[in-house]
Amino acid sequence: MTGRRAVAEEVLLEVVNLACARGDRTLFENLSFSVQPGELLYVQGANGCGKTTLLRTVCGLTQPAEGEVRWQGTAIRQLAEEYRNLLCYVGHANGIQGDLSAAENLRFGTCVGGADSHTRIASALQSVGLSRAARLPAKFLSQGQKRRLALARLLVSARPIWILDEPLTALDVDFGATMNERLVAHVTAGGMVIITSHQELAVTVPIRRIRLDS
Amino acid sequence: MYKYASPKNFYALAGRLVPWLGTITLLLFVFGLYLGLYVAPPDYQQGDSYRIMFIHVPAAWMSMFVYVLMAGAGLVGLVWNIKLADMLATASAPIGASLTLMALVTGSLWGKPTWGTYWVWDARLTSELFLFFLYLGFIALQAAIDDPRRSARAGAVLALVGVVDIPIIHFSVIWWNTLHQPASIGSLGKIIAPTIYPTMLHPLLIMSLAFFLFFFTVVLIRMRGEILARERHTGWVMQIVRSDANAPEARP
Amino acid sequence: MSHNLLGTARCIFQRDLLLAWRKPADVATPLAFFVIVTSLFPLGVGPEPQVLSRLAPGVLWVAALLASMLSLGRLFAADHADGTLEQLALSPHPLTPLILVKVAAHWVTSGLLLVVLSPLLAMQLNLSGHAMVTLAITLLLGTPVLSLLGSVGAALTLGVRGGGVLLSLLVLPLYTPILIFGAGAVTASASGLDTQAYFSLLGAFLLLALGFTPWATAAALRISLD
Repeated sequence: MTGRRAVAEEVLLEVVNLACARGDRTLFENLSFSVQPGELLYVQGANGCGKTTLLRTVCGLTQPAEGEVRWQGTAIRQLAEEYRNLLCYVGHANGIQGDLSAAENLRFGTCVGGADSHTRIASALQSVGLSRAARLPAKFLSQGQKRRLALARLLVSARPIWILDEPLTALDVDFGATMNERLVAHVTAGGMVIITSHQELAVTVPIRRIRLDS
Repeated sequence: MYKYASPKNFYALAGRLVPWLGTITLLLFVFGLYLGLYVAPPDYQQGDSYRIMFIHVPAAWMSMFVYVLMAGAGLVGLVWNIKLADMLATASAPIGASLTLMALVTGSLWGKPTWGTYWVWDARLTSELFLFFLYLGFIALQAAIDDPRRSARAGAVLALVGVVDIPIIHFSVIWWNTLHQPASIGSLGKIIAPTIYPTMLHPLLIMSLAFFLFFFTVVLIRMRGEILARERHTGWVMQIVRSDANAPEARP
Repeated sequence: MSHNLLGTARCIFQRDLLLAWRKPADVATPLAFFVIVTSLFPLGVGPEPQVLSRLAPGVLWVAALLASMLSLGRLFAADHADGTLEQLALSPHPLTPLILVKVAAHWVTSGLLLVVLSPLLAMQLNLSGHAMVTLAITLLLGTPVLSLLGSVGAALTLGVRGGGVLLSLLVLPLYTPILIFGAGAVTASASGLDTQAYFSLLGAFLLLALGFTPWATAAALRISLD
């Protein structure tokens, strides 16, 4: 217990005075927050208020107009690969090639993510309910199944920081519930989650919320 | 010094510099053209036609200088994220392209009396032609990207690749030229070199300086425009726009 | 536990080859273009063997240049559209070597096939046997440079309106040295001259491109994803 507290006191992921713009339009400015192990940060706001941009900035894909994102006090720009090694990002695009099978897609995705996955591919596909579709070209999967396949990367790569952009879109009710359970399990195990969602999250852990459009 | 790296201060500084630079440029042009067109003697081989050199050579020099400057500014913008450097690169491109075009047109006009035809695949002209294409690529790329930051950074990467490739293109073209050209037709460079007298060199240097200052005058004017366009949502630009609209001399 | 860079590189290479294998039409189209363009020239300039063999080095090289450029659309576009590129950019491995691997896989399914196809077209244009070998060697050295330089352009024009035409404007001027020395070598070889210097220069360009362009492409990709 004391060990865990000591970790929690050190700020890990920190967003400092962040401002992001698209073209001329400033999406948000002076945004600061931090995320600790075991926390789930729920980013809310209307369409076009910059939720996706915020998530991509926290990943390091988008450069902020001002401010920076820090991991353990160091800007992620400097950490580069070291920081990306802690990250699993599932964005709007699923990162799935229609001409590869579900299993091939997942293997490639985890391989690019730097995780050795040969043993866990089958079990991950099973846990997202795609075992039977594993060898099917991904173009024959439904939108929901593709989303499941993208989310399966979270299970295989075992990273502490999950950054999820609308993970629940196109998912059916059952798998939505499974996903909520996965989030709870990840957070309880000391992981961090930054998430946007238009569906209300039904999780049993405390949620920290920030609204971008205020 | 650092103070002027802010667009607002730079806008004011450039506004003060432009009239001075413009005046000096004009005086240098008049003086240089006077020396070049009246004082310098006719060439014993080419007669008066060589005088186009006083335009052609400075334009060709500047066309290369501007590309290198553009790539340098792009690099500064890319690495240190300095907006003014991005604006300098963007503002330079059309001027550089125009100077390249000027070098091409004057070179081709000079070619008529020298070679008897408007276009010869002379090494210098061919290099200039491909430099012109590189400028066009840069301008087209920046024009195709709406987001100003992405546009600036993409342009910078292209300019950097271009600036590494330009010497290689130049060297390749010279090699190719020596292989394919009959020896009787020398390049423009060879025609100039043995006949350069001080009476011809002085106007050439003065015209080069005039072109150099002309570029800086125009680039400052263009950068002021860029600054206004990019910062149009900031308070200080709105203030300028408003005060100009209310100024009495704005209405005739 | 974690995959090393080499493992990930192999993964990307295999996947890109597999995708090319499953979408053969994408691979074949630039090759067909190469064949058609070179076949058009005799119709334009007449079928005299002397004229054709005089023009052949330039025609074959320009056609290879254009075919190589046309295949560039395939390099990043699909990965950009489906989000794979984001995953690559977020990989814990540096992006530059990963890009180099992608370009290599792309070259195997474009430039290398142009090399294989070239003797056939050289024959059509009445090029001598010796010059045919020279053509294949120059293409072998030159087309990787085209792919590498082209990758910068492909990365810069991702998701940009009018990307295809824009790409040609960006990339073709950069290709000139390769054209000059590639076609120059074939011409020299057809007139029985030594081609060693050309090969050395093309080799030097290849090394330079290998050293410089992957960084530029990686930077361009990050800019396009921003």
